[in-house]
Amino acid sequence: MADEIKTGAYICKGCDLGNRLNTDQLEMIATREGRVASAKSHDFLCGAEGVKMIQDDLDSGESNRVVIAACSRRAKTDAFNFAGVPMSRVNLREGVIWVRPDEDEAQETTQEMAEDYVRMGCAEIKFMSTPKASEEQGTNRHVLVVGGGITGMTAAIEAARAGYQVSLVEKTDALGGTTGQLYKRAPTRAPYADPEDTGVTELAQMLEDDDKVTIYLNSILSSSDGAPGRFDIEITTGDATQSISCGSIIQASGQTEFDANQLTEFSYADAPDVITQLEMEALAKAADGGPVKRPSDGKEVQNVVFVQCAGQRSDKEGHLSYCSGHCCNTSIKQAMYLKDNAEAAAEGSSIDVQTTILFTDLRTPGAGGEDFYRSGQNKGVTFRKGSVSGVSADAKVSFSDLILDEDDTIDADLVVLATGMIPNSGRNNEREDELAAQKTQLEAENKEVPQEILDEIAIPVESILNLKYRQGSDLPQLVSGFNDSHFICFPYETRRTGIYAAGPTRRPMDTQQAQEDATGATMKAIQAIENAGQGMAAHPRAGDLSYPSFRKEGCTQCKRCMMECPFGAIGFDEKGFPEYNEARCRRCGTCMGACPVRVISFENYSIDSVGQQIKACDIPDEFDEKPRLLVLACENDAYPALDMAAQNRFEYSAFVRVVPVRCLGSVNTIWITDALNSGYDGVVLMGCKKGDDYQCHFVKGSEMAHMRMSKIADTLQTLNLEEERVAVHEVAITDIHRVPELINDMAKTIDEIGMSPFKF
Amino acid sequence: MSDLNQALATKYKGNFLKEVIDNVEEGDMVQMCMQCGVCAGSCPMGPHWEHTPQKIFMMIRANKREEVLASDSMWMCTSCYNCIARCPRELPITHIMHGLATYAKRLNLVPKTQPTAKFAQLFWNNLTSKGRVNELKLGISLYFMNGFGEGVKTAMANQKLGLNMLKTKRMAINEAWGGHSVKDKSGFHAMLKKAAEIESDSIEANSK
Repeated sequence: MADEIKTGAYICKGCDLGNRLNTDQLEMIATREGRVASAKSHDFLCGAEGVKMIQDDLDSGESNRVVIAACSRRAKTDAFNFAGVPMSRVNLREGVIWVRPDEDEAQETTQEMAEDYVRMGCAEIKFMSTPKASEEQGTNRHVLVVGGGITGMTAAIEAARAGYQVSLVEKTDALGGTTGQLYKRAPTRAPYADPEDTGVTELAQMLEDDDKVTIYLNSILSSSDGAPGRFDIEITTGDATQSISCGSIIQASGQTEFDANQLTEFSYADAPDVITQLEMEALAKAADGGPVKRPSDGKEVQNVVFVQCAGQRSDKEGHLSYCSGHCCNTSIKQAMYLKDNAEAAAEGSSIDVQTTILFTDLRTPGAGGEDFYRSGQNKGVTFRKGSVSGVSADAKVSFSDLILDEDDTIDADLVVLATGMIPNSGRNNEREDELAAQKTQLEAENKEVPQEILDEIAIPVESILNLKYRQGSDLPQLVSGFNDSHFICFPYETRRTGIYAAGPTRRPMDTQQAQEDATGATMKAIQAIENAGQGMAAHPRAGDLSYPSFRKEGCTQCKRCMMECPFGAIGFDEKGFPEYNEARCRRCGTCMGACPVRVISFENYSIDSVGQQIKACDIPDEFDEKPRLLVLACENDAYPALDMAAQNRFEYSAFVRVVPVRCLGSVNTIWITDALNSGYDGVVLMGCKKGDDYQCHFVKGSEMAHMRMSKIADTLQTLNLEEERVAVHEVAITDIHRVPELINDMAKTIDEIGMSPFKF
Repeated sequence: MSDLNQALATKYKGNFLKEVIDNVEEGDMVQMCMQCGVCAGSCPMGPHWEHTPQKIFMMIRANKREEVLASDSMWMCTSCYNCIARCPRELPITHIMHGLATYAKRLNLVPKTQPTAKFAQLFWNNLTSKGRVNELKLGISLYFMNGFGEGVKTAMANQKLGLNMLKTKRMAINEAWGGHSVKDKSGFHAMLKKAAEIESDSIEANSK
């Protein structure tokens, strides 16, 4: 591309823009103030003729960058698609005329709004260049699967079938995992009536026969490092360690059954005939179709009680707060073992095993769940809604029936506890750091460190991935110790690009869901390899070639970027300068927002590309009574919400100027300071929901922004400005009624506290 | 407790659900109830009886034999079929309630003072004597259900209505003498006898 910047500004007159706005004036603004090489308007810019006009100018060299003043950047992306050409979209339709009344008295402010947006577009384009992939890509069509349970095995076979090499690392001496310990599993296909074989043996055989798959038994991942497309892995088997490289990793480390010894009220530790679901599977396996014998005296069981939610969905200390998702189906399945076995033994006589499932809420997720429940009822499994208060050592179950509203007891031969699952999610690095920090601080203050902190530190947790990332050895965890995933929009993604959690380590699930999960994770793993090979970002900026770079002379080696990067993409070299692992990067710009010296930028998104837009806006002086509000809106949810509000013609203040940002996390406080310094009266930030049930597309971006803005009060104070001038909001994509209100609220606030004194 | 009742109670000890499945018409559907309570919420008689269908079904599973069979609930059912229409599991709730009533009656466990049970007996007697319902006789026997004095009182109170019905030929006075009948009365009676026989044989067999 030629060095000289020749910007062509194209103003659309379609969609009523020509009638509502003075486009000649806009052309003049683009030329005189925006200093573009040429400015043209067209009646129907997104039509073939309009697009050809732009393309012709690009081809003839009359322009090499384009500013398109038409509709929202989210509309007509197919028409306005000029490969390799930097482009700025000026939102005159959704951003201006659709949110303003078509009345004569509103015309002046509406025109001003449009003019400002044209100025902003012309300012932005000066600081944009075409992103090019860096030189650091690797393509390694090799998928590493950690864990040889049903999830891992499914992932491995799926990847191998797609033509990728697979290494499968399993800690124990056999494939199968928890599913391998089951007698049968809940049905996965219609009519969902009977338990079916687990299929583990066949799956394991398939893997052994597949020459694309290498299986490492009795092995662990002793080290992993690198980035998507070029991971370096060390696999330790006994004393021997070997190195392999792979393109992406699927973590299918599974789950562990909750320790029932903690459930003293159910006498698990003392009573041999009170067992867990997994122990019941072992009994059924031993019986293999014959009568099930209880552990204490080998008596054939006649009356079995299943206690659902044992130590689950409970707020008691040490109990699991969540539902493990599979236990209701598992209990139905196990009751069926008994029913079917009895029937087979007695050949249709009325000899029967009584099976009672005591539940508070029966949950049978999945397509066949309800059918399976019905099949259980049909086979004579008794379901009683009751909360169990205790189980005695001789297996007497006391409970209160919630339908009949009375207490009852069942004298059972065998009691099966549905205890639920705990994810094998590796070390919780964040928590470890937190505890260590607390301990250090207490010690520094010469205070006694509480025993529970010491106890928690003392619990050894095995790392699964042994990542050599600066940000910790394992995938970050969210609530209840499950490996993080963006469960609303991108359930397979984790916060370590190229590493995908699948199965019950990600969220509670049964074997069928785990297999579906494994398939999904495999597709993501393959995508990660292919994306990395081309230097492209994974979701949500899928295909983005831009990546952060920094001006070394300016860097103070503070490591804020490394700390705040939600994806652990940034390391640092021996001198403490950041190292951006482009393939791990999701291009959110959180590093750019974090950088106190503002040296980090993307080719098409930088401190300047936004900062100059803010400055380009015309600020009327104090006596014009025309305040200016800046809205920095996250492009993922808030900006679409604003667009949709516009489509519904919800009007908002004409004094607002909206700038889309990649993520609220990319908002550098300098933008706020600059805006206030140059005379804006208020600033509104709109990002996604943060916290444990976050909707932020970059996980931590919104949270970071909220944190930074909580400290902006100091800046405001030094400027002698009111705190109310800056507001941060969590906005969902559905908040189309709310976003205009938020803007109008700020306009009202400014009305009350008065205009900024910084107008020049 | 009747001998049959005793025998059945002993036979199915601790498994009333099985007893219902074996002996009550459509009783096998009881186990398919998922306890959502839609029937209980839909029943127009809801507040007026001891147990809702939901509770009855739960009590069956909880082995509450005496309480279920002596309950007034199945006698209060008006057969409006709201519950059947609304049951998400498509249980024939009304039919099950009638089945339970019949079974309780057979075991002689009907609450003694239950007026609808009395009426049901009157209706049955009236219908089975000639194979047709004799409305006049049914009406009269209903008046006198609770004794002669009350019967006369009710009849006197409805005197005007009765005369009007006679005038407009809404009441056939000659029904009082004999009344109409099915063509093959003896065949009809033989059929009923056979049905009763089959039914009691099967329950008899189940009790052993």
